Amino acid sequence: MNGPIIKKIIESKIEAKNIKTILFEYQEKIVPGQFFMIWIPGVDEIPMSVSYIHNKIKGITFRNVGDATKALFNLRKGDKIGVRGPYGNGFKINGKHILFVGGGTGIGMLAPAVEEANHKNISCTVILGAKNKNELFFEDRFKKCGATVYVSTDDGSKGYKGFASNLAKKILTENSFDSVLTCGPEIMMKKLLDISKNIPIQASLERYMKCGIGICGQCCIGEGLRTCKDGPVFDGKKLKNAEDFGVYKRDASGCKVKF
Amino acid sequence: MDEDAGSMKRIVGCGVGAVVTKSIGLKPREGYPNPTIVELECGILNAMGLPNPGIKDYGQEIRNFKILKVLIIGSIFGSNLKEFIELSRKMQEYGTDALELNMSCPHAKGYGLEIGSDKGLVREITSKVKASVDIPVFVKLSSNVSDLKDIAKAAEKGGADGIVAINTVKAMKINLELRKPVLANKIGGYSGKAIKPIGVRCVYEIAESVDIPIIGVGGVTTGEDALEYIMAGASAVQIGTGIYYRELDVFKKICREIESWMKKHDVKKLSDLIGVAHI
Repeated sequence: MNGPIIKKIIESKIEAKNIKTILFEYQEKIVPGQFFMIWIPGVDEIPMSVSYIHNKIKGITFRNVGDATKALFNLRKGDKIGVRGPYGNGFKINGKHILFVGGGTGIGMLAPAVEEANHKNISCTVILGAKNKNELFFEDRFKKCGATVYVSTDDGSKGYKGFASNLAKKILTENSFDSVLTCGPEIMMKKLLDISKNIPIQASLERYMKCGIGICGQCCIGEGLRTCKDGPVFDGKKLKNAEDFGVYKRDASGCKVKF
Repeated sequence: MDEDAGSMKRIVGCGVGAVVTKSIGLKPREGYPNPTIVELECGILNAMGLPNPGIKDYGQEIRNFKILKVLIIGSIFGSNLKEFIELSRKMQEYGTDALELNMSCPHAKGYGLEIGSDKGLVREITSKVKASVDIPVFVKLSSNVSDLKDIAKAAEKGGADGIVAINTVKAMKINLELRKPVLANKIGGYSGKAIKPIGVRCVYEIAESVDIPIIGVGGVTTGEDALEYIMAGASAVQIGTGIYYRELDVFKKICREIESWMKKHDVKKLSDLIGVAHI
């Protein structure tokens, strides 16, 4: 049943400046790209992509940005959270060589996808984009599973100076890929959609969510595509037809908010 | 679903006869914080808190949807007569084919049920809204009252063109581990299979009390559920939570099930079944 299951936090660790991972035991099988609804009792319940899938141990990685994530950030080992899910479709991971592009905290949910691709003997090239080097995380984790890792920072404090999408453009022209998998700021993903041309792309979207199970309609994009149920991962064809992709999202009241 | 044009358009492809919008108020409203929903044994408990983008900008959603030329019923909620009239006029101006006055949301302070449990208010608001617009006006009532028949009668006297019954049923879920209610608003409204017998009873009672058509709502998940409402006196049914249990094309599935039941029982016209349980 789709109600929160109360879980004790078994580990809470800092990954980078203001970015933390929380681990808990959760038995359900998870496809990389799926998400949980995480209940911080007395505060809020928010969607969180899964960033760790290690047998019965699952985890989420997030930035301390709002009331809910601040409360989550301050929780410690042994504290309780409610977990329901996993929800959504997840990535389809196949081909011979995949380009992964993660921006900001979007990097977190790509990690299990790269790990699965590696498990399937697929070559992985990963671009990690962050504002600066202090906000980068998981670089070693990606390298550990054999991926070729590139870093871009907006301020040039590490790796390529500029946006991850610009670096991706360069790498796309120099290599051949079977698909592009991405998660990060929507403007970045929109640019990737444009530059990936005929290479199939899958992008994981973020929308304000309420029910998480496909009935309330809060997270719809395009012609009724529910980010929680039909997504959060959408392919390029669907995104090209969604007039709001990269243009606007909707706030809790359903009003349009431009990116 | 049904808050934005896109989701309403998608639903059209799933076999619906008409679409009812989310209830719209005067101003944008975020609703309650999450958790706003939890699944229970036989249905879903929610306290969304009437989130909506407000009537001012809602015209773009309706006009965008109207391209499809499918009937659209504009649902509205206000805290007083003046708000209901303003919302009704706007909805008509945007091109909705009918209005549904939400007088039954069980968990929004100052709205919904707080109005719909007062016979005098129901009659006054219905009659003044009727006088302000030309499109049909339906009044959505709640089961969370002791004098449902009288309230339905008040809506009829106010000139309502139809009654919609029921809305969700007031309920609560407590999490044992945390020893506290799951919903941020604590109290919510129960929908789905669990409330179908309540809805069928309400429609049956309303049918005894008024002569205007009734739209049955509450737990309609299969064709047989719809038929039960129809036999109780409903001329149409609304479906919401059924989407969760049987996907978006629940509408097509239910229509097919009704047709096959009719064939099996040699019923030629569905309208012959309306209210047959009253003898």
